Amino acid sequence: MNTQLSDRLDATFIALADPTRRAILARLTRGEASVTELAEPFAISQPAISKHLRILERAGLITVGQDAQRRPRRLEGKPLAEASAWLESYRASWEANFARLDRVLEELQHKTPAARRARAPKRAKR
Amino acid sequence: MPMTVEKAQVTLPSDREVKVTRSFKAARPLVYRAYTEPALVQRWLLGPPGWSMPVCEMDVRVGGRYRWRWRSDTDGSEFGFAGTFREVQPPSRLVHTETYDPGTVGDAHPQSEAIVSVAFSEDGGITTETTLIDFGSKEARDAAMATGMTGGMEQSYQLLDVLLVERG
Repeated sequence: MNTQLSDRLDATFIALADPTRRAILARLTRGEASVTELAEPFAISQPAISKHLRILERAGLITVGQDAQRRPRRLEGKPLAEASAWLESYRASWEANFARLDRVLEELQHKTPAARRARAPKRAKR
Repeated sequence: MPMTVEKAQVTLPSDREVKVTRSFKAARPLVYRAYTEPALVQRWLLGPPGWSMPVCEMDVRVGGRYRWRWRSDTDGSEFGFAGTFREVQPPSRLVHTETYDPGTVGDAHPQSEAIVSVAFSEDGGITTETTLIDFGSKEARDAAMATGMTGGMEQSYQLLDVLLVERG
């Protein structure tokens, strides 16, 4: 993995590690919003919101739109896609193991005491 | 929160941890067995396609050791993990340490010790296992997730890098 990607992933995960910032991103999935609009649902000051927005901006997760008056923030999908792709390959390697475990468990189920009891009368006839 | 997780779910609960959750259609004692009997573990705890697990020794009791080793079918290279069981509570919980054994692969995987906590909960015949790995530091976690126990993952990263460059 190259260092650039690694640094970008760091910035993304740091940005995502806060519930307020995740809520801001969730809000932005519904469309761009001004700082005032973004601050509305939260019981924190506008400077505090601005600080969160700076962290999100630095991570490239949001950008500032054209309107110079409103300065709307909008979501940028690429870093999130990168981060989820990174987690996905790790997840997929676990899932491959778990799919094998599914088959092992299915086989074990046929060897449980109940299954053995069902076979027992046949042995008794010998 | 009894909840069925049909496909493996990975989250990063903190800077130094990874949590993996998955549900199985089997009773908890059976899932616990599949995690603790070497002959069973060897059948599913594998790396990417082309790797087998020739060594799987597990002394499942508090203070007991385990040693896992994987081998590439193509070039015979090997690597593994080893550690000590710290908590053994059948059929609900296992805690063990985990240290990477570079074998002949010898990549830059962290040499630091991780703590792996595995919990099993059952609800209506469905057992959900949660593996929490505490790597001790963010650097160790990220390195482990990048080089991982799967060489195939590195290929995915390279592929990802290529895709990113292409999209530029």
